[in-house]
Amino acid sequence: MKSLSEIDTTSKRASRAIGFSWGEAEEIGKSVRLLELFGFQGVKTLIQYYKLRPHQNFENLSLIKEKNISEKNSFCPISLGINFLDQIRSIEKLKKITFDNVAFPLLMISFLSRSSEIIGKRISVKFDEIEFLLNLNVNISSNLFNKDFPISAKNVKIDLLENKDNFLEDDWKTLYKLSEETFVNESDSLKKGAAGAGLTDND
Amino acid sequence: MQVKLRDPNTIMKLSRLGSFHQSRLSFLRSFLDEFKEWEYKNDLFDLDENGFGTAIYSFKKKERVYSLICFANKINDKERSDRVIATKWDAAFTLHDGVPLKSDIDRLKNEVPKQEVGRLSYKELTLSRANKSIRVFNHVIDSLSKGKQPDLDLLNNVGYLYRTTAVYGSGKFGLADRFRIKNREEINGPFRLEMMLVYLVRQFTFDQVNHVAKFKNPKKAVKLDPSICRNLGIGNSTGLGMAPFIVNHPTLLNNWIMSREIALQKIREIKKVNFREIKIFKESLKNSLKNITSWNTDSVYQKKKINSLLNDVKKFLKFIDSDFNFETNYSFNKIYLWLEKNACEECIEYVVSMMLEPFDDIVKPLISKMSSDEDQYFTIPTDRKINDLRNIIEKRYSDILKINFKKKENNKNFWFISKNKEEPRYADRFEENGSELEQPLAIARDIKRLYEILLVSKNNLTIDKFLIENPDLRHVIRRAFIIENFPYSEIQDNTIGEDVIPIDMLRLKLSFFGALKFDPRSDKWLRICMFQGAPLPTDLKNIDQQWVYNS
Repeated sequence: MKSLSEIDTTSKRASRAIGFSWGEAEEIGKSVRLLELFGFQGVKTLIQYYKLRPHQNFENLSLIKEKNISEKNSFCPISLGINFLDQIRSIEKLKKITFDNVAFPLLMISFLSRSSEIIGKRISVKFDEIEFLLNLNVNISSNLFNKDFPISAKNVKIDLLENKDNFLEDDWKTLYKLSEETFVNESDSLKKGAAGAGLTDND
Repeated sequence: MQVKLRDPNTIMKLSRLGSFHQSRLSFLRSFLDEFKEWEYKNDLFDLDENGFGTAIYSFKKKERVYSLICFANKINDKERSDRVIATKWDAAFTLHDGVPLKSDIDRLKNEVPKQEVGRLSYKELTLSRANKSIRVFNHVIDSLSKGKQPDLDLLNNVGYLYRTTAVYGSGKFGLADRFRIKNREEINGPFRLEMMLVYLVRQFTFDQVNHVAKFKNPKKAVKLDPSICRNLGIGNSTGLGMAPFIVNHPTLLNNWIMSREIALQKIREIKKVNFREIKIFKESLKNSLKNITSWNTDSVYQKKKINSLLNDVKKFLKFIDSDFNFETNYSFNKIYLWLEKNACEECIEYVVSMMLEPFDDIVKPLISKMSSDEDQYFTIPTDRKINDLRNIIEKRYSDILKINFKKKENNKNFWFISKNKEEPRYADRFEENGSELEQPLAIARDIKRLYEILLVSKNNLTIDKFLIENPDLRHVIRRAFIIENFPYSEIQDNTIGEDVIPIDMLRLKLSFFGALKFDPRSDKWLRICMFQGAPLPTDLKNIDQQWVYNS
């Protein structure tokens, strides 16, 4: 079994060899490491992409907008991922972002996961029929765990989810009521002596 | 009185970093202190009459066990090499997490002796190999088998029976990643498991010579005297592999240096030092003189440094014995200021190390702050502006910005990874091929390049937009934002200039390990000794914290 440290270092070096800058290669190393840590086929997908790169053109996208349409070729998932991470503070305002035609979309997932941590919001990603929920870079839920990943996605939809409760207010009230059963009803003497404060409310 | 932390522009120069010495903060000393209460055991000693076979040593506390598995192998004298190009060694070692099963030992017997081309698992924590110092090893066995103790002059001259030539950890060759074990309290300090491996290897070397001598002459053989054992350490040959480490781990480097600087600052701020503290300081200093006078090296460069160190330490001793009153307020601050005026860099840092000796209450809390979770600082704050970045660079890299990299002598060398051994190397870019594959270790040059572009960029441009046009500067932009909060994270020197002595970088790291007697064999590799004078595992419970000087 390869350690995550080996995966990080080797992915970084390979990425530099394929033409990325050292700083970008460092990001890619961390990204593949994260995919493997979360149980996705990062190494396999990266090498599939790098085998194709010398023979096929991929588009780089600089400024990410609400709708991003490639001109001729598929988007490079790494350039997309790094730019997404770098621009997450301004992207956050857009809330919903779409990309058409992204190559090896799995490779951008870990950049989006790190972005989720930066803004403190969960991110939902849909690649055609595949769904991911990125939880603040703590974990990634998906319906494609440990399976081969498609080499391209025609439509990528990204939702930056607002922080809100995942349950109904009634459910919360029921839970809270149950928790109250661990509290003690205060007698007069407990009210006077157990708080440790003064005897008057406004002293 | 408030004393300022020392200026990184002084402390982080290569010549200063290359003058650092071991101290109470050093990892091998903090390792011994941490593990002094653990139960030590020799679990297996299955060596043949020539000392070849398998041995296991362990440290145990409650449910936690760390086991060193040793494989001693026969090799021809011609195959023995300390260089990283070697493929066979006298012994190979791994530190296993827990008690190894027979199946683990069988697996490791096949993999550990192969070192870099073997595969370890997440159950192994560190990996190493070592070669005998043949003249000492044979002499010791010969003497013991005749019922005599060995020649102490020879032993003092070398200082060890075995030299390790590499110690690996943190995920190399399939070893456990750091994240798997980082929450264990007992290893809350850098390189603690590497230190454990080396320490237990030292004990193996003593047991091995006793064993072979006994087989050689069962009736007459005696055991190596424990006091002689204590004065032997483990040698280590270290090459350039360590140098990029300190560049590649900026927050870790900061935390090492920062701990030392905070300790010094706090000690200088003490108004009145007591008799006990003065006594420990003076005794450590005086006793340490033998570590300088017994420091053997053929290196002209190091000999010169040792001579000026010895002269200045003697001058300093004379000063504190005859001209200095420790009852004066802020006496350690006065001592420090005297050193800055009157002593060489090597001596200043030597005495700084000694100043830490009496102050466990200051030093110990700092030890747990010497690790770093580096991933926390990896992400670039891309919403910051060009103006911020330019200010950081002007403040934190002021000397670097004065270097003219258009001059050939300032851009002379390059760092690369050797294809043959996957190890870092250093070469002249104008004489050798390969500079197009340069590693990103010329930080000063790249920071200067970044700065020149920043000068012509708009102040309010955000970093995310700047990165779109300048992806090749991403690695140094990351570093600049790190140094903003970690002032000692960067070497404040040009690491590719004509005058660079790469072993200065190695010495910095080795001083934090706790190494003694740096012996440069060239400007790119050196030998050192570790654990010389350290208590044996059976004596750890009664450890004398100043063992480095008192053995």
